[in-house]
Amino acid sequence: MDQLDQLVAEAGTDFAAAADGAALESAKARYFGKGGSLTELLKGLGKLDPEARKTVGAEINKTKAAIEALLSARRDALQQAALEAQLAAEALDVTLPGRGAGIGGLHPVVRTLERVEQLFRSIGFDVAEGPEIETDFYNFTALNTPANHPARSMHDTFYLENSDGVMLRTHTSPVQIRAMQAHVEAYKDRETMPELRVIAPGRVYRVDSDATHSPMFHQVEGVWIGESVSFADLKGVVADFLRSFFESDDLQVRFRPSFFPFTEPSAEIDVAFMSGALKGRWLEIAGCGMMHPNVLRFGGIDPERYTGFAFGMGPDRLTMLRYGVNDLRLFFEGDLRFLGQFR
Amino acid sequence: MQFSELWLRSFVSPALDSDALGHLLTMAGLEVEEQGGVASVFSKVVVAQIVEAEKHPNADKLRVCKVDAGQGELLQIVCGAPNAAAGIRIPCALVGADLAGFGIKAAKLRGVESFGMLCSAKELGLSNESSGLLVLPEDAPVGIDLREFLKLDDTLFTIKLTPNRADCLSLSGIAREVAALTGSPLSLPACEVVAPSHDETRAIVLDAPEACPRYSGRIIRGVNAKAPTPDWMQQRLVRSGIRSISALVDVTNYVMLELGQPLHAFDNAKLGGAIHVRLPKAGEQVLLLNGQTITPAADTLLIADESRALALAGIMGGDDSGITLETTDLFLESAFFAPDAIAGRARAYGFSSDASYRFERGVDFELAGKAMERATRLILDICGGSAGPVQEALAADKLPVRAPIRLRAARVRRVLGIALSADTVAEMFHHLGLAVVRDGDDFVVTPPSYRFDLEIEEDLIEEIARIHGYDNIPVVAPRGPITMLPRPEARRDAMSVRRLVAGREYQEVINFAFVEEAWERDFCANADPVRLANPIASQMSVMRSSLIGGLVANLVTNRKRQTNRVRVFEIGRCFSHDAAGTPVDGFRQPVRLAALAGGLVSPEQWGEANRNVDFFDVKADLEALFFPRVAEFERAAHPALHPGRSARVLLDGREIGFIGELHPIWVQRYELGLAPVVFEVELAALLETVTPAYREVSRFPAVTRDLALVVDQGVAAAGLLKGLEGVAPAIVQRIELFDQYQGKGIDPNRKSLAFRVVMQETHRTLEDAEVEAAMAALTRHAEDSLGAKLRA
Repeated sequence: MDQLDQLVAEAGTDFAAAADGAALESAKARYFGKGGSLTELLKGLGKLDPEARKTVGAEINKTKAAIEALLSARRDALQQAALEAQLAAEALDVTLPGRGAGIGGLHPVVRTLERVEQLFRSIGFDVAEGPEIETDFYNFTALNTPANHPARSMHDTFYLENSDGVMLRTHTSPVQIRAMQAHVEAYKDRETMPELRVIAPGRVYRVDSDATHSPMFHQVEGVWIGESVSFADLKGVVADFLRSFFESDDLQVRFRPSFFPFTEPSAEIDVAFMSGALKGRWLEIAGCGMMHPNVLRFGGIDPERYTGFAFGMGPDRLTMLRYGVNDLRLFFEGDLRFLGQFR
Repeated sequence: MQFSELWLRSFVSPALDSDALGHLLTMAGLEVEEQGGVASVFSKVVVAQIVEAEKHPNADKLRVCKVDAGQGELLQIVCGAPNAAAGIRIPCALVGADLAGFGIKAAKLRGVESFGMLCSAKELGLSNESSGLLVLPEDAPVGIDLREFLKLDDTLFTIKLTPNRADCLSLSGIAREVAALTGSPLSLPACEVVAPSHDETRAIVLDAPEACPRYSGRIIRGVNAKAPTPDWMQQRLVRSGIRSISALVDVTNYVMLELGQPLHAFDNAKLGGAIHVRLPKAGEQVLLLNGQTITPAADTLLIADESRALALAGIMGGDDSGITLETTDLFLESAFFAPDAIAGRARAYGFSSDASYRFERGVDFELAGKAMERATRLILDICGGSAGPVQEALAADKLPVRAPIRLRAARVRRVLGIALSADTVAEMFHHLGLAVVRDGDDFVVTPPSYRFDLEIEEDLIEEIARIHGYDNIPVVAPRGPITMLPRPEARRDAMSVRRLVAGREYQEVINFAFVEEAWERDFCANADPVRLANPIASQMSVMRSSLIGGLVANLVTNRKRQTNRVRVFEIGRCFSHDAAGTPVDGFRQPVRLAALAGGLVSPEQWGEANRNVDFFDVKADLEALFFPRVAEFERAAHPALHPGRSARVLLDGREIGFIGELHPIWVQRYELGLAPVVFEVELAALLETVTPAYREVSRFPAVTRDLALVVDQGVAAAGLLKGLEGVAPAIVQRIELFDQYQGKGIDPNRKSLAFRVVMQETHRTLEDAEVEAAMAALTRHAEDSLGAKLRA
């Protein structure tokens, strides 16, 4: 019996000494191969009497099983070690940056326009647009600003060579008229015209250029026309928008009387922040008012039956206030170091 | 409009401090743009007289003065001002005085004791610069507090008036408004009739009564035009931002500021015969006060005498008919010119004046007589002389009409969203000086002659809102029918296209729509761009017909700032002449999307060999924007692009844009280093997409065969592919080009194109025979139509 125990111990030592799969296989042959120790022992069984054969046979089988277990354990260990070595060799510096294309971004003012559109869409406003070369009729006359009206001098207009009666639009308000006309046309066969809720973002042009004025800039126009739309509603929508846009419940919003030919009553909208660099200062941010009856008429809408409000805001200014940009001109210089900050 | 609070308070003085008064005005629509004291904050500064001024023993530039400051004994004060001299009266800050935080103490200056400080205008915050001491009038009472003497406890308001509120372009107008807002009593200047003391008159003829329905004139004889303007008047003028010129001019300006009526004074000796208010004769010229000679347009109203034009009515006087310091007899004009007759005229001649500014917005048409009397009184008081009778020419039927306006209580509620009692509304109208008649629930309101902005019901509703206070109108969450907006699945909006482009690593830019004319020539071969009549600068003189020029400029700008890898895009309108253009006749203004990529294809990175961006990189970006729709590309020349590396882009057979590498001559001229790749397409084409349609997925194996065809160099891969797709049997699911080869083993004039053909049936396994037949059909087509050969 000692001899068998010793054999198991020897096998254990042999297998452990095998450094890789091949060495383990040749060690295995010393026990299980032709002329291997176990093979020899099993061969010797034939010489024993049946009684002894049974006993010894059982012992040898036990030994064989023990050695097989050692072999298999060693095999697993070697496989495991090989796998670990492979994994170690394959290890990456996972802190290296990812490969491939980067990401571009939207222009900061467009980012603002996108947020403005989303906020107004959430209360049922559609988005409309209009031409930037606009007729005198849509830019002024239909907005209750006839020729020689003093309000025209508030807008320093770009005119086109050899083209009377057209100009670069000085505001997005002409889209009010175009949107009303399209709306009236679309629902002309209905007894009741559905409400018109629309915003019109876009580029506008005025002869003006300094740190706070650009000859091209943006506006967002908005109108809501229905059978019971009042100045109180206007205050509600605009205040709601401004607090949502700036994500600030304690933003102060005030409306003060002003004048636009196309609204009556008219108001200028000021906001004041409760914190930050501009804390406590009233900042002019938008103009608005109840749509003038003449403007509704030009749009084909009966001012006795419907009332509406309109507002116009400067997305460039909204963007500057939102992100703390201090120079309007940066928006139009195309410097990627600036634009890339708003991705 | 700038004015002094003290002057305003002489007419109406509500119990409000300056800040509250400013807020009141702003919230009533008279926006206070600026508000500030006329002097800095100081105390213990008195009027004093220098009795003696000796040179300082130890300093050349200093003087030792003995000063009488009304303190009982003379003060010794060391002073450095060059004009410090015995006899003059000056402001003196006593020991203990506080000059805007700077305390005055007894001190020794270069060994001489000094008890106080003599002050300049700048040191008192009265002006931004001054040379030497502020010299006060010889009769200034010594010892009196300077603030009291110069009325320095005053605030200057600058109001930004909207064009509809011409009635507030005077102190009286603002006072009227403040009285209406606060209910405080109003006392406006008396304009008592000055009885004539001679009977000389000059006839007045209204030749254009529509434009000038009221004109009054009066001759004042024997005035002393050199009389000094009283201090109080000078002070009020200066605090209104108007320079004091001479007594007669100052009086006309003063009355304009006080009452709102522009006046004009002619030198009566320079007039001949009757005054005509008429339109110009052909070729007639007028030399204006400002030295400008103009040939007035046919619709510019003139004041003329029998022989010549004297002045532009309501705009500006003439140079050789106005008053001078030598004038002794004057003809004073006080008239009403209709806003339509004045509006825009001054602007057309390139200037503006206080008079035209007021007349074009509307001057009270009942004011001329009062203003005439007021000005006469002041002239007689200051310059002496004797006034003749007032001649008034009137076309009463041509005066503005103040038609009654009906205001419905229900309409107020509907427009403002608030309910006000009829009595409250009546009270508001009363304060505003509007004549009101109640008619059931309605009001019938007749506006006064000074209100040109009250014409319709809404105008009255605005008055109610103003007086009620915009702040007091509730903020209401609006209610409306909730209906969904249409959002067609096969349409996307410009924002989602932007996100896609940005996702391909392009940064959005916004460039000016007016560009250099050279860009239009270079990049568009456009000889007839839409030109601005009044560009702001020559490099912004034409409207762009393509976005490419701006993107190239962005590349240049960023390269100058050491950013060499530039990927930018813009969505914007482009402009061109087009007789069929819409919606504005004569112009096409489509919205386009353009992109430019220059420099390395990938950001600087560690893992892969980098290279410069090329045509196919950018083409892939453009194709991705159309996905799942497929655009076609046809080789085509474009003025901006390399002729061998440019294509027109088609969608459903319609040309919608172009793509290509920038032409080498522009790369060189614009110093771009490497050629960028650009594309420009109509945005509308990118907004149309498709609603997905389901097709059954086959569970049977697909068969793939390759087909390598050798064709002439000039054969376009896309054309060949399209041809193959056209003849492929139904089992062919797709054909993909996977290799292009030129070189060894192929005729130098030919190339090999390798296609992978994938075949599959939905409901069964394909048989070899039909696969072979399909491949044979494809090969035969290529051979027959393009002379292709199977590659050996």
